[in-house]
Amino acid sequence: MRITCPLCGPRDRREFTYYGAEDYLHRPAPDAAPEAWDAYLHLRDNPAGITRDLWYHETGCTAWLLVTRNTVTHEILEVALVAGRSAPKPARGRRAAP
Amino acid sequence: MRVAGKGLVDRSTTVSFRFDGQSLAGHPGDTLASALLANGVKLVGRSFKYHRPRGILTAGPEEPNALVEIHEGNQQTPNVRATVQEIFEGLTAQSQNRWPSLRHDLLSVNDLAAPFLSAGFYYKTFMWPRAFWEKLYEPAIRRAAGLGRLSGRHDGAVYEKAWAHCDLLVIGSGPTGLMAALTAARAGTDVILADEDARMGGRLLAETGQVGGQSGPDWVAGVLAELAALPNVRLMTRTTVTGAYDDGTFGALERVGLHLAPQADLPRECFWRIVARRTVLAAGALERPIAFRNNDRPGIMLAGAIRSFLNRYGVAAGQRVTLFANSDDARQTARDLHAAGIRIAGVIDPRPDASRSEEFPVYAGAEVIDTAGRLALSQITIRHKGSVTRIETDLLGLSGGWNPTLHLTCHMNGRPIWSPEIAAFVPAPNAVPGLIAAGSAAGMFSTARCLADGAAAARRALAEIGMSAPDMPVPEAEDGTYELQPLWAVPGKGRAWLDFANDVTVKDVRQSAQENFRSVEHMKRYTTQGMAPDQGKNSNVAALAVLADATGRGIPETGTTTFRPPFSPVSIAAMGAGGRAAGFAPQRFLTSDQASRDRGAPMIEAGLWYRPGYFPRPGETTWRESCDREVAMVRSTVGVTDVSTLGKIDIQGADAARFLDLVYTNTFSTLPLGRVRYGLMLREDGMVLDDGTTARLGEHHFLMTTTTAAAGQVMRHLDFVQQAFCAAWDVRTVSVTETWAQFAVAGPLARRLLSGFVETPAGLPFMGCAAVRLGGVAARLFRISFSGEEGYEIAVPARYGESLFRDLLARAETFGGGAYGMEALNVLRIEKGFITHAEIHGRVTAFDIGLDRMVSQGKDCIGKAASRRPGLTGPEREQLVGLRSKSGAAISAGAHLFTPGDTVGRATDQGYVTSVGFSPTLGAWLALGFLKNGRARIGETVRLVDHLRGIDVLCEVADPVFHDREGVKLRA
Repeated sequence: MRITCPLCGPRDRREFTYYGAEDYLHRPAPDAAPEAWDAYLHLRDNPAGITRDLWYHETGCTAWLLVTRNTVTHEILEVALVAGRSAPKPARGRRAAP
Repeated sequence: MRVAGKGLVDRSTTVSFRFDGQSLAGHPGDTLASALLANGVKLVGRSFKYHRPRGILTAGPEEPNALVEIHEGNQQTPNVRATVQEIFEGLTAQSQNRWPSLRHDLLSVNDLAAPFLSAGFYYKTFMWPRAFWEKLYEPAIRRAAGLGRLSGRHDGAVYEKAWAHCDLLVIGSGPTGLMAALTAARAGTDVILADEDARMGGRLLAETGQVGGQSGPDWVAGVLAELAALPNVRLMTRTTVTGAYDDGTFGALERVGLHLAPQADLPRECFWRIVARRTVLAAGALERPIAFRNNDRPGIMLAGAIRSFLNRYGVAAGQRVTLFANSDDARQTARDLHAAGIRIAGVIDPRPDASRSEEFPVYAGAEVIDTAGRLALSQITIRHKGSVTRIETDLLGLSGGWNPTLHLTCHMNGRPIWSPEIAAFVPAPNAVPGLIAAGSAAGMFSTARCLADGAAAARRALAEIGMSAPDMPVPEAEDGTYELQPLWAVPGKGRAWLDFANDVTVKDVRQSAQENFRSVEHMKRYTTQGMAPDQGKNSNVAALAVLADATGRGIPETGTTTFRPPFSPVSIAAMGAGGRAAGFAPQRFLTSDQASRDRGAPMIEAGLWYRPGYFPRPGETTWRESCDREVAMVRSTVGVTDVSTLGKIDIQGADAARFLDLVYTNTFSTLPLGRVRYGLMLREDGMVLDDGTTARLGEHHFLMTTTTAAAGQVMRHLDFVQQAFCAAWDVRTVSVTETWAQFAVAGPLARRLLSGFVETPAGLPFMGCAAVRLGGVAARLFRISFSGEEGYEIAVPARYGESLFRDLLARAETFGGGAYGMEALNVLRIEKGFITHAEIHGRVTAFDIGLDRMVSQGKDCIGKAASRRPGLTGPEREQLVGLRSKSGAAISAGAHLFTPGDTVGRATDQGYVTSVGFSPTLGAWLALGFLKNGRARIGETVRLVDHLRGIDVLCEVADPVFHDREGVKLRA
């Protein structure tokens, strides 16, 4: 598997550390209901198809990346900088569109 | 036997080797198989299950029978294919799976027991009693079956791994691969041409046909000379591409030293990972046998292999040859043999309308129904025009047609497509993204079509990546017809082999269907067909056809099993090259490493770091003596220890303080310049992530320290929080762990020691920090303590670390102090109730360690919301406590705690011990641990039980801080 880091170019997956689903980006407000925090921390889909997850270019530029890929074909559709994405709306639920 | 004037081996040089103790001779360019055949050796092994005598079936990597052990020094490599192993001076090979000898194998009685040993025999027979399986049945079966053996000794040989990148990877160097490589090479693209053979050329080395008016080998030599001269081409011989992976990545195994006598530092193998923008699979095709009664004797060989041995190696594998083939292709074998003066006793062609106009007898519409000859073929029986005839022969060539070598196209879940025209599976298009199968690998079975398709595939591949290749004339070559009439198994009694390597017969497959293992995947597992080292390369399609027939389905409906990597066996040593012994994990050494070793300190691994355990003095015979002395030394005079392994993260920016407020539970924006604060960090789920001190070096400049264990994790976490939640803030972080060497100087005399040579700012308070100069070097001084004594940590650029450490030690010794190691450091912090990752192990909350008041009420922080979830606070939680052995007996970390009087069991478990040490200061065994509702139970007695170490001791529950609870000494 190879990931094209927007800063470093195409690299072997051994340079990256996997974290988890994109959901981690959508941090609920501090006073959000426990259900929102439960969903944020623990509830994940397991899609056959398109998924978006977080990778850390740990032995490269240390950028966090949002990788859009297909779990069936292994195709990587998009790699974006976490820091470069448009400012997240606060306290969104799960499965929110980017 | 060698044939004069034939072959590409170098007859002017002789190479001697040994097989089963017998000294034999061959020539450079020979494989073990060709050299054995040249010496008239036909019997080379015994079969897996029935111990049937076996010879050489193929001339390539798909060989199922001729598997041998290669012995060299400590090495004993089993299941080496004689058709792949090149001979070299001194090569020592041995046959396998026989005892006492290849000719007289006692376990050949299995062959007589064959009626009982069919598929499923083990499953049905060895079911009862259950306990017998592990002790009796399995070991007995393993001794009887199985192939080669390992030496059982350590493999000390050298293996390598390497990476390569290219525009176009061409797999296989036959006519297709050479044209593909040449087309791309002339276009100036970066090309890798890989072939598993020692010599490139593929089937062109084994055929007599002309290519572009030249002999095949001459045309190959011309192309290779051109490719070798180009700077943009890499030719990789002896390199098997073993697997196709995501994004154009391929695994490949290069046999670097296996064809040479062992030499120091010469790797045996190199495992390559090749990343290609595009790939042409030109792996050719594999010929398939036909199943009929007793079709497995030595002297029965594939027709194409006979041609390879004759034309490439100049070896006639027999003198009176018969052929049994269902296509026109095998006729070439007969013609080549005939032209070389070898007698063709008959071509048995099952096609009723087969051409008979040859210079040798052709039996059209005939079938081979049996063979004879105990250790080598002597006779075949054919059925022709309703009558049965016997023909004397010492070599029978089989050809049931050819299967494209499409294995790599299935490695990413691609399913091949049945082509009725050639009665074989062909690769599905785009089965592996970026890979184009071409030539025979795509089902094109003439040299002319392969040459043209190779060039076309390269042009297509390059066009896909925006490169163009010049048009190139395709040389003229043989463009014969194939005209296959499928024939998988000749009907009749007796055992007809499909899978030679695992001894699977037509009967086994039919039985599988009969017992309702009708799915091809079930048949495979029930019969073990395709599960031998050759992975069914010779048998999969035929077995499938037999299954299809037995179940009344067509072949495409029956499906195929899945080809998975590797294409051919890969040694684990090659895949793990560089990862053995010390190569398993990188080693991180402190700047003080040598100085500590000079003082005899044994090293302890802490993650990847090596830290000194203790510094033995003359007369000390146990680590405890040294440890006790070092603890007392720090408590009474002064001790020095290297703390550079702690993570150091430099944090700068106008929003740096705000950022620290977000990642720490407590507030850092209020930290005055020149001061240090202890901070607690949570994970977002409310559990403790790490702790450490952070110093404010400037208005917008902080230095965070993390624990040694969590340094990487914290760095990753800070980067995530910063990039995900506050990317717009003005804050940047960088790890400076290895930039600074840092030493703790602790003890009542610490200040006196430092005042001698550091310009200590007057009255640096507890938890203060300052920039200082040390002999002209800019250094940092922190007044922090992990020992409970007055303590300083002094940091210098890493290159000065060793000299500072030696200097500090020398000075400490003049005060009656010295170095202390990890053991003493651990006891000191336990006496003081300071936690490490033994305590904050990922399942404890701030509440559990008694620091919930550090979670600021006035601001948000990572983990704050979740830390308030129900169940994460309260008396049911196991809370950090100190424990003191009441009897003075030793206690252990990992022990569990129980209420005295309770039964010891999971249900009554009250907690566990995380850290333990003998405190010379208090003269007692102390521990830190977690106890249910522990803070309310201080003063109570608990029972500490460790079944593993046989410890059962009563302990007093205490406050975790045993020593100097008020911190008087710290602030002195």
